[in-house]
Amino acid sequence: MSSSIIERLYASIALTRRVEEWIADIYKSDSIKSPVHLAIGQEYIAAAVIDHLKQSDYVCGTYRGHGVYLSKGGDLNSMMAELYGKETGCAKGRAGSMHLVEASKGVIGMSAVVGTGIPVAVGHALAIKQQRRNDVVVVFMGDGATEEGCFSESINFAALHKLPILFVVENNRLAIHEPLHKRWAADTLTERMATYGIPSKRFLEPDVLAIHQHSGTLIEAIRNGSGPAFIECNTHRWYEHVGPHEDYDQGYRSLEEGDSWRAQDVYLTLGEQLDSDVKARIDENIELRIQAAVEFAEQSPFPAPEELFNYVYA
Amino acid sequence: MSTPNTLRLIKYVDALREGAEQAMDADKSVFMMGLDIDDHKGIQGSTTGLVEKFGPERVFTTPLSEDAMTGVAIGAAMAGQRPIHVHIRMDFLMLCMNQLVNIAAKSHYMYGGTVQVPLVVRTMIGKSWGQGAQHSQGLHSMFAHVPGMKVVAPSNAYDAKGLTIQAVRDNNPVLIMEHRLLYGTEAYVPETPYTVEFGMARTLRSGDAITIVGVSNMVMESMRAAELLAEQGIECEVIDPVTISPLDFDAIEASVNRTGRLLVVDNGWLNCGFSAEVLARVAESDHIKQKIVMKRIGFAATTCPTTPSLEDAFYPNPKTIAMLAYQMVTGKQDWEPNSESCQLAYQSQFKGPF
Repeated sequence: MSSSIIERLYASIALTRRVEEWIADIYKSDSIKSPVHLAIGQEYIAAAVIDHLKQSDYVCGTYRGHGVYLSKGGDLNSMMAELYGKETGCAKGRAGSMHLVEASKGVIGMSAVVGTGIPVAVGHALAIKQQRRNDVVVVFMGDGATEEGCFSESINFAALHKLPILFVVENNRLAIHEPLHKRWAADTLTERMATYGIPSKRFLEPDVLAIHQHSGTLIEAIRNGSGPAFIECNTHRWYEHVGPHEDYDQGYRSLEEGDSWRAQDVYLTLGEQLDSDVKARIDENIELRIQAAVEFAEQSPFPAPEELFNYVYA
Repeated sequence: MSTPNTLRLIKYVDALREGAEQAMDADKSVFMMGLDIDDHKGIQGSTTGLVEKFGPERVFTTPLSEDAMTGVAIGAAMAGQRPIHVHIRMDFLMLCMNQLVNIAAKSHYMYGGTVQVPLVVRTMIGKSWGQGAQHSQGLHSMFAHVPGMKVVAPSNAYDAKGLTIQAVRDNNPVLIMEHRLLYGTEAYVPETPYTVEFGMARTLRSGDAITIVGVSNMVMESMRAAELLAEQGIECEVIDPVTISPLDFDAIEASVNRTGRLLVVDNGWLNCGFSAEVLARVAESDHIKQKIVMKRIGFAATTCPTTPSLEDAFYPNPKTIAMLAYQMVTGKQDWEPNSESCQLAYQSQFKGPF
């Protein structure tokens, strides 16, 4: 594996990890005026897949979308300002953490209603096909979203029309606090997806390089007209569903399970593969960027009250 | 608006098709999708011939996946296309509510003005010949409730074409509420493309005794009622709002100020609906100084039954509208038009099945 790939993936994962750790700290001060759903522990999936995309490609994330937004090149300053509710935010303070967007970077607006972004992402893929573009869409979702009717409807339509889209399930085996075994009749999602006639593969371990390699192969094929594909990545949400804390003391999941995932923390294992100089340079750069983003957010103005009615209609 | 040239007497259904065809001719980002739009019946003829002209990439059927297909249309619109999503009955829009309310209506606002959703949703109210509980609903008030949505309701062929073209050009989600029983009605329609502006009500008949505001095919029913009342020496002002949201309240307000009476005839239920909205705005208006006599009439507060004996009692009709207006104007209940003169030719033409 080339060191430049490891360097890129580490930089992307570390950016999300450190941004979210900063957010968790700042959150306790009430400066952030928005519910935050942290992806800490899961960042490697978005980083690995999005590494293959160009600016004109689209990504669609969820309300747990900081990593998707940042990995696709979303501006950190405007993301932080958005969390603070400021006019300089990526949605001018109207969205908060759950609805990140940056059209110029191909970041489709994210939704707080589970599953809702999936068909919207498929619609972007339809537009790409109609416009004869060479772009692709990657849509990220959790395991809970696959229970929504629109998930199956979307896969069927995308497969039927051979649309350029990759479906990525980040399976952290939790829907808010409900474990998979209380929601799924059978833990065979990937097998079911294969019956739509699309390439489908599951990753049980946080093997970031395998996910990177496989998604690269899929995205190249999709770009060349193969139609949609599907991957499912088992993973683990370290923090509570919403908010800045761990919550193993709440009893709905075990600390042991969390510890086993933390022992395989991709952020650490990738970092260890880098020269210490290289890693230090990346880390320092990230800290400076975050510090600047927080300052930018803090110093930016709130939207004026008289702007309440802006953007109701285009 | 272009200058109307050749006027032809054409049907509402053909006006709908012509509007879509000309919108697609003018802009190659416009496409149409919806279950059965490319089959031999073509949504009762309103999409006939479009797939032959524009091909299956721009005119295609969908799986029975209203929820996801609405999201697909929204996503395509965000990415620069202009979809027209067709549903053969308005009742089916309940399957689209999440996408329409949570994404289509909100995206421009929620994403700080950086995203637009130029989506057109065509849909049709059914009536009579046993349409029943789930093929008959007029749900415009539910959609008009939500900021970010536009809702239009053509009552005639001219508006059917002009509103369709305007809806496609609009950069917001627009719901076109058509009516099955209006499909066969004819009006003079220009051959060339033209638009009907949103938020501009149309006064179809002038009078000083009472203002009647009718929605969708209730415009036709109200016009017939106004003719019957004229025979009694009562001149009604009949207003077609044309668009439910945005609503041209100024036109209604000005008329009510002249007549002192308002009857809203809705093509839906009264509870929390369009008729309640209009009456509330009149009650709140600072520009209306006199006390206004106000009533409303619409669907009975029941589910729509199929059997004709009950269905007839479910809907307002020229007789019930005329009698209510008469009572409002005269304070008396001593007149009933004969049933034969209340018949509407366009309704008796419809023999189903759909």
